[in-house]
Amino acid sequence: MKHIQNFIIDFGWARIIIGLFLLSLFILAPVADVRIDTSISDTVARFGMACVLVLAMVPMIQSGCGLNFGLPLGIIAGLLGATCTMELELKGLIGLSFAMLITTVFGTIFGFFYGKLLNKVKGSEMMIATYVGFSSVAFMCMMWLLLPFKNPKMIWGYGGSGLRTTITVEGYWLHVLNNFLSFRVSESFVFPTGMILFVLFMCLLIWGFFHTKLGSALTAVGSNPDFAKASGVDIDKMRVISVILSTVLGGIGILVYQQSFGFIQLYMGPFYMAFPAVAAILIGGASINKATITNVIVGTFLFQGILTMTPSVMNSLIHTDMSEVIRIIVSNGMIIYAMTRVNKARQKK
Amino acid sequence: MTTSGPLLQVEGVSKDFFGTNVLSDINFNLEKGEILGLVGENGAGKSTLMNILFGMKVISSTGGYSGQILFEGKQTSFKNPLEALNSGIGMVHQEFSLIPGLTATENILLNSEPTRYNFLTELFGPRLSTLDRYEMQIRAIAAINKLGFRLDQDMLVSQMPVGHKQFTEISRELDRKNIKLLVLDEPTAVLTESEAQILLKSLKTLASDGIGIIIISHRLSEIMDITDKVVVLCDGKIIHTSKTSDTTVDKIAECMVGRSGVLESSKAHAQKEQAQKEIILKVENLWVDMPGEHIEDVSFDVIRGEIFGIGGLAGQGKLGIPNGIMGYFESGGNVYFSGKKCNLGNPREALDQEMAFVSEDRKGVGLLLDEPIDWNIVFTAMQTKDQFLKSYLWGLIKWRDSKAMSKVSKQYINELEIKCLNEWQHVRQLSGGNQQKICLAKAFVLDPKLLFVSEPTRGIDVGAKSIVLDTLRKINKQKGTTIIMVSSELEEMRGICDRIAIVDKGKIAGILPADSSSISFGKLMAGVGETL
Amino acid sequence: MTTKNLQLKKLLTLDNAAHLLMRNTVPILFILISAMAIPLSEFSFSYLSQELMTRLIRNSFLVLSLLIPIIAGMGLNFGMVLGAMAGQVGLIFVTDWNIVGMPGVFLAMIISTPLAILLGLICGIILNKASGKEMVTGFVLAFFAQGVYQLVVLYGMGAIIPIERLTLVLSRGYGIRNTVNLIGIRSSLDSAISFDLGPVPIPVVTLFIIALFCLFVVWFRKTKLGQDMKAIGQDMHVAEAAGIRVLRTRIISIIISTVLACWGQIIYLQNMGTLNTYNSHEQIGMFSIAALLVGGATVSKAQISHVFVGVILFHLMFIVSPMAGKNLIGSAMLGEYFRGFVTYGVISAALVVHAWTRFKTNQRQRQHLRGN
Repeated sequence: MKHIQNFIIDFGWARIIIGLFLLSLFILAPVADVRIDTSISDTVARFGMACVLVLAMVPMIQSGCGLNFGLPLGIIAGLLGATCTMELELKGLIGLSFAMLITTVFGTIFGFFYGKLLNKVKGSEMMIATYVGFSSVAFMCMMWLLLPFKNPKMIWGYGGSGLRTTITVEGYWLHVLNNFLSFRVSESFVFPTGMILFVLFMCLLIWGFFHTKLGSALTAVGSNPDFAKASGVDIDKMRVISVILSTVLGGIGILVYQQSFGFIQLYMGPFYMAFPAVAAILIGGASINKATITNVIVGTFLFQGILTMTPSVMNSLIHTDMSEVIRIIVSNGMIIYAMTRVNKARQKK
Repeated sequence: MTTSGPLLQVEGVSKDFFGTNVLSDINFNLEKGEILGLVGENGAGKSTLMNILFGMKVISSTGGYSGQILFEGKQTSFKNPLEALNSGIGMVHQEFSLIPGLTATENILLNSEPTRYNFLTELFGPRLSTLDRYEMQIRAIAAINKLGFRLDQDMLVSQMPVGHKQFTEISRELDRKNIKLLVLDEPTAVLTESEAQILLKSLKTLASDGIGIIIISHRLSEIMDITDKVVVLCDGKIIHTSKTSDTTVDKIAECMVGRSGVLESSKAHAQKEQAQKEIILKVENLWVDMPGEHIEDVSFDVIRGEIFGIGGLAGQGKLGIPNGIMGYFESGGNVYFSGKKCNLGNPREALDQEMAFVSEDRKGVGLLLDEPIDWNIVFTAMQTKDQFLKSYLWGLIKWRDSKAMSKVSKQYINELEIKCLNEWQHVRQLSGGNQQKICLAKAFVLDPKLLFVSEPTRGIDVGAKSIVLDTLRKINKQKGTTIIMVSSELEEMRGICDRIAIVDKGKIAGILPADSSSISFGKLMAGVGETL
Repeated sequence: MTTKNLQLKKLLTLDNAAHLLMRNTVPILFILISAMAIPLSEFSFSYLSQELMTRLIRNSFLVLSLLIPIIAGMGLNFGMVLGAMAGQVGLIFVTDWNIVGMPGVFLAMIISTPLAILLGLICGIILNKASGKEMVTGFVLAFFAQGVYQLVVLYGMGAIIPIERLTLVLSRGYGIRNTVNLIGIRSSLDSAISFDLGPVPIPVVTLFIIALFCLFVVWFRKTKLGQDMKAIGQDMHVAEAAGIRVLRTRIISIIISTVLACWGQIIYLQNMGTLNTYNSHEQIGMFSIAALLVGGATVSKAQISHVFVGVILFHLMFIVSPMAGKNLIGSAMLGEYFRGFVTYGVISAALVVHAWTRFKTNQRQRQHLRGN
């Protein structure tokens, strides 16, 4: 009994409920005439697409900058990487790699200034991050119209200038990662080996980073900034590094997402992208100042699982698509839960 | 007024926190219009006594107290401070509890504003009645006038000099119609000389109006000046109580520090030969901006190989010295370590010069509570000395060496008898004493030339205490590490240190050999000592 | 020398002028942008003033509802969206029952008030638990409430909650349609008593309600409750020590704000005449907050004047920027994106300035303790 209790406390009620909910959806799937292999296939694909974006939460959480609501800034770096590469007509794996390179450059620059800004507003990072994300998306809306891109596949058809709202990556790097070493499990389940491998590689990279001297310093800054300072760590510098990492990861995340999804979504596309990622890592068991790679993987799987399963299963069971409502309630409810929970821990101290 | 007996009678009050006695059998009386001085070192039990009087939660939540308190002849036991206030007991705290954006008037009348009726109060209750600004002014002015200090009632607190804030605070207590007993905790600490004089004078006037006053102060000259009666607390007991006119500063100072006789051990220690009198740390005109422990202007030298003590009462600034030199708080002045000038304000530089610091703020600064023990012990060494790291790719990647971390952690767990499951246990789950040992281990791993330890025995049990002190002695003797120990426990310091400096009002009041008499230390603390 | 004289002299120094300029950067910037954009947009003066009057009566009440949580130190109340939702639920019922005109508007207010109080209470309790992070929590809470609102309106209404009128319900048999025509109560407040001032129609009743509300805020600041909120807004711990019930008072401030936002949304929608069931409330919080900040308010300080200056400046920019963009570079979209950018930019800037000055003042307060 004690074991079970401890397990529940360790694992957290919220996650158990969400896990059970997902499990019941999978059990109900055959009853609702939903093909289980299609469901799994979708879940795996969406897991791969979202995972790096969720991973982008980790560095900032670990360094005490809170949940990265400013993820859209990183996504913009990724969009810039993708559009610039398309402009240069680079295709396939080379194209994607080049896009990642450019993304990293932009992400580093953006992240540097974003990090400097967050250092000036310690204590209100999350609110400001949200609005930095929003403002940058709104600013880029103007830029997408004005930047001198020429590739006809990207700009509006009718002779004008300005990029389209959605640009297909077909013929460039559509499914470049997905198709690498992919194999067919069943009729409608193709395992996207390449993407999953890449995602795991990114996770491994971040896991490794937190095992280095620099990564340890970053963790200490998040865990107790005063301790870190007293141990001779430059707190502000560590925070900037973490923000740069998060921003770059956000950019790479969107590239992975796009190569599977097939489209680059510009303009208001990245606007609300931070929220699912934030919700996912919280569902995975992270708190506002502690997150692990396990949180990322578990959380992304649970969250994306619910997103794929609810529409299909619920739809055929009660003939209503309530998935959107469930998504909103679960993801935002999870964020609120996390916000109120941290306070309790601090009060106890 | 019918009762003619004493205003306040404290009879046989005792209190223990989880088995340790902090107050035992306290008895005293306070008449109307009398001023009583309450004197004692930190931890003597002054604040516990006041907490009992005001019915603070800490008392009831830790099992209450025994004995009884009679206020105006009736037995009382307040459930919360508000009840005490309503019965006519006011308290002026050391920290200001004023609201910066409000005026003096608004602060004086905070939550006791006179209001005017309007019909909405019938619907929504009295909180929707409007404030009676005119009446507020009148009452504020009346309260201020009782003090005899010219205070602008319309000035915003945020624009006031510190002294005015103190007067506002006191006026707030005086505004209460039924104020009968006023307790002031170190009221002159933030005042200038002349302001302090005004305050003391007005306290006398208040007393002559029939208000009983308890003043907690360590400035014995003030106590001698204005009180009618002195109560000296030491280790939770009243060890001296008398009419002020019947006692002397010397007598009070001696009682305050108390406990003569434990000195034997320190004698031998103090005679330790200083073979080479090389100065390892030279401090000149140091100022430190540490909230609550502010240092103004401090100079002293520390000799290589000695254990140097820094004592003094809480809030006087002794903690500011190590915190400033180690760069935890904004500071300035000249500090030379082994002859080299230190750049203040950067912990990294201090660490690189092989100074280390065991902070008094264990949970705040000293530890990563949510990380394992081995992290806590090696982290500083890892960051500053690149130890416990394995290098790959020509030093490009510095990987944490968990084996080395475990090894050294286990070694210290054995050496310092840290009670834990293993070296991966999270530090939050350990007891205070074990946490303190980890802080020490963290400093020892750095192998410093100069070690600051701040309040090393605060809040830990007796067993851990002796291990901590023995370890300090051992490292001083075996490795020749110079130690600067900052502590409120004067007796403890006298047992381990060679010389002890006493800090008072942000300055050093004097430096004495550890075997000097209790009286001389007591007088230094009380601000009446003669500087050596 | 009298203090007044001294103050006047202080005001006139160059340093102070610069300070004044700094403090009002946002309004000044907006005046400059508008001054450039108005000629570019080629709108006539009468058109602009008509539009502005409409915006003023639509939005001021909503913006005013933000004032009280600011006094209580809870920052910008992103949770006001909850109140707006309550107002919309009231309007849906009133439309269903076919109660028209002024009675309809007031009935909608009466029905939705208890709901707004309940939502405000929940919101207040949650924000108390997330103290220190009120704004971001309120912000997420608004999204969360959006989900609950959809659950109730899109799935509950017509299924569990009876809705009589078929025109309101989606063809599948339950759930409210995307747009609800509020023809019955359209402009019933605005046109009850109104006269034309030149080209501009002046809706007396609505303006009267807004004025009444301003008086309420002025009066509220003078009450005991208002004073308590001011004290809590400055220092929660001191207020608590003085015996003020801090948590309760903070909840009250959120409830008041939510209820007012609810009424504000009803006033807004009776002017619009149609309810976008699932979108009308979405942007309300954002635009109201941006307007207040444009008027010169900060996260911790706001006055009634900020509300009106803000509504006028913000909406002026809103009206002219698409046309200005079109006439300038031939793309109305650019103007639209520009105003989006300005909205978010203004809020970000205000938040950053607030967080930064708080940090700086803390530092300045300790200046006297440093060195000789």
